[in-house]
Amino acid sequence: MGAMSTAIQRGFDDPVHDSQRAFRAIMAALAEPGLEMALDVPAFVPEPLHPAAATILLTLCDYDTPVHLEGVLAARQGVRDFLGFNTGAPLAAGPAEAAFAVAGYNGGLPDPTQFSQGTAEYPDRSTTLILALGDARPGQAVGLRGPGIADMRTTSLPGIDHAYWRVLANNRAAYPLGIDVIFTMGRRIVGLPRSTRIAIQGG
Amino acid sequence: MLICGKAEVMAEGQARPGIEDERQSAMRIFSLAPAEALRSAAQNVNKPAYERLRGPETGLVMLRGRTGGGGEAFNVGEATVTRCSVRLASGEVGHAYILGRDGERAECAAWLDGLWQNPATRATVEDRVLAPLAAAIAAEERTVAAKSARTKVEFFTMVRGED
Amino acid sequence: MYVAVKGGEKAIAEAHRLLAEDRRGDPDVAEIGTDQIASQLTLAVDRAMAEGSLYDRGLAALAIKQARGDLIEAIFLLRAYRTTLPRFGYSAPLETQDMLLRRRVSAVFKDLPGGQILGPTFDYTHRLLDFDLESPGEMPDAESFDADVVHGTVPRITDLINNEDGMIEPDVRSDPEVEPDDLTREPLAFPADRSLRLQALARGDEGFLLALGYSTQRGYARTHPFAGEIRFGMVEVEFFVEELGFAVTLGRVSVTECQMVTQFRGTPTQPAQFTRGYGLVFGQSERKSMSMALVDRALRRAEFDEDLVASAQDEEFVLSHCDNIQATGFIEHLKLPHYVDFQAELELLRKIRRGQDERNAAQEAAE
Repeated sequence: MGAMSTAIQRGFDDPVHDSQRAFRAIMAALAEPGLEMALDVPAFVPEPLHPAAATILLTLCDYDTPVHLEGVLAARQGVRDFLGFNTGAPLAAGPAEAAFAVAGYNGGLPDPTQFSQGTAEYPDRSTTLILALGDARPGQAVGLRGPGIADMRTTSLPGIDHAYWRVLANNRAAYPLGIDVIFTMGRRIVGLPRSTRIAIQGG
Repeated sequence: MLICGKAEVMAEGQARPGIEDERQSAMRIFSLAPAEALRSAAQNVNKPAYERLRGPETGLVMLRGRTGGGGEAFNVGEATVTRCSVRLASGEVGHAYILGRDGERAECAAWLDGLWQNPATRATVEDRVLAPLAAAIAAEERTVAAKSARTKVEFFTMVRGED
Repeated sequence: MYVAVKGGEKAIAEAHRLLAEDRRGDPDVAEIGTDQIASQLTLAVDRAMAEGSLYDRGLAALAIKQARGDLIEAIFLLRAYRTTLPRFGYSAPLETQDMLLRRRVSAVFKDLPGGQILGPTFDYTHRLLDFDLESPGEMPDAESFDADVVHGTVPRITDLINNEDGMIEPDVRSDPEVEPDDLTREPLAFPADRSLRLQALARGDEGFLLALGYSTQRGYARTHPFAGEIRFGMVEVEFFVEELGFAVTLGRVSVTECQMVTQFRGTPTQPAQFTRGYGLVFGQSERKSMSMALVDRALRRAEFDEDLVASAQDEEFVLSHCDNIQATGFIEHLKLPHYVDFQAELELLRKIRRGQDERNAAQEAAE
């Protein structure tokens, strides 16, 4: 809880309009699951955060939204200061207490069940996972169905194989409980709300 | 979230270098000074080159009281607060948090806080800005206290009944 | 149930134009400025801030002007406005013993250290209309005052008496301190603890609390209260800033604090002593803080093994109905179109009526 270093960096240049524009794009991404969108990103993004993740945090987080940072991110003073100074969001006590979680920087993909799934009275109190995808390996394609998709949308995401798609498909098991996911790839994002059904070929 | 009473702040203060206490006192003067007084006192120093890091932006702080005045904390209601953070060209980061919605005032207090942190300009800020503002605040406090004191009353108890 | 009704846009626009015209009033009379409201209708501003639960004199003055002086409408505007602002955090608890006092009286202890300060009060006025105020007057005489008076800490009377012989219930703080619930963040749930009740009362309707407080005096709940101390003045607000690592002073707010003390005969486990009710309200709001303190004490009935016999002791009743914005919303929604509901009930009554007629006819035929 010590004072921040003097290396604190500005978030959006124009907080009101930049965050409104980003909010619109994030909403569109969650309204049309599987469709890729590009976000405007701030001039400074602390390493190793994806620029799109920085934009999402600046846009959606505030004093009332505890954020869980995956180990390697939490260890970065620059990331903590950027989040704290620009959004006021506190660090969550753990993934199950988080309104938002930022993951995908540890070299693995997280288990969605560790996050808050919401409650029967307030399903909206679940975690929104901001999941960074590496660009190395191409992923395996799946079909997405559900609200926001006319019929079926075939999607593949870098580094996500059928095994992890199956993990994500399980997120629907206790619907309307479950997490919402926003994948980040640099400054691009793809939304996967809990309402989306995942069809895995051969699975 | 810490509940941070005055006692706690002072206890922390003992372990802190005195410079933070001094900065805290300076920031208190910037906040308590009436907006006009701050603006005019700020003209006594050269406005530095700086970039805005955050704000000025207005938000809410929930004000707390204590049950019975000294018991458990409770939430009384919110107040508007405007904050601003700037980085001076010389590197210092100045902050300000002030009740109300006056962005210009918060920005002014933020760059003054930055100037105060720079050893090269601290004395100037102390002499030309803080000293006159502190005097004005103390004078205003004395006026309020003295006006109130004029209404101080001595009640005499009358004996009721025959015996 | 009420349904959305389409159409009427032109009529609505015209109604709002007419509202603006009425707000402005006689064009030959100078328009009132929000600065005038803020500096001359200070107690209206105080009430709007207290029940709007938003300390900002300029915004409250604007809301009062926009609402044409309807304070509940002004409070509604303030409550709506606050939702547009981000929360920076929670202040450190206000230290009311460090208040820059403008008024401080006690009805129980005439020689209290620090003295009785009447301050700007309506007490001891004769409540006669002052027709001199009808025409612009001169500024009140500038007074000479004693430059030696210094502002310092003035202990609350409840602490003073308590130090002597423990006859007044002391303040208790848990260690470590607990975070109080915040009803602007979590919906109200019962049972509510005292912190949550005080938050609800602090923003509650003055008239409602006044009536409830009055009811406790008239025997609806067993209390015999004394005004231990009432103080009004300015207190500094401190706020811990993460990026600094220390607390900063945000400025000063004016608040009224009331300490009520009430006789308590004790239980097998609790000594006979004076128990307390507490009021703390934005601005100079003496009536509200006194009412709040009375209701706070009444709501503590379970702590003192008192029977639930009156509305003022019933936390669900009090907390569910003390908010004038919730109350006005629910009452005033009755103005909105309920055409479908009403038609359904009309049909139901017709059916019942037909049944009654048929039964009556059958009975007559049988006779």
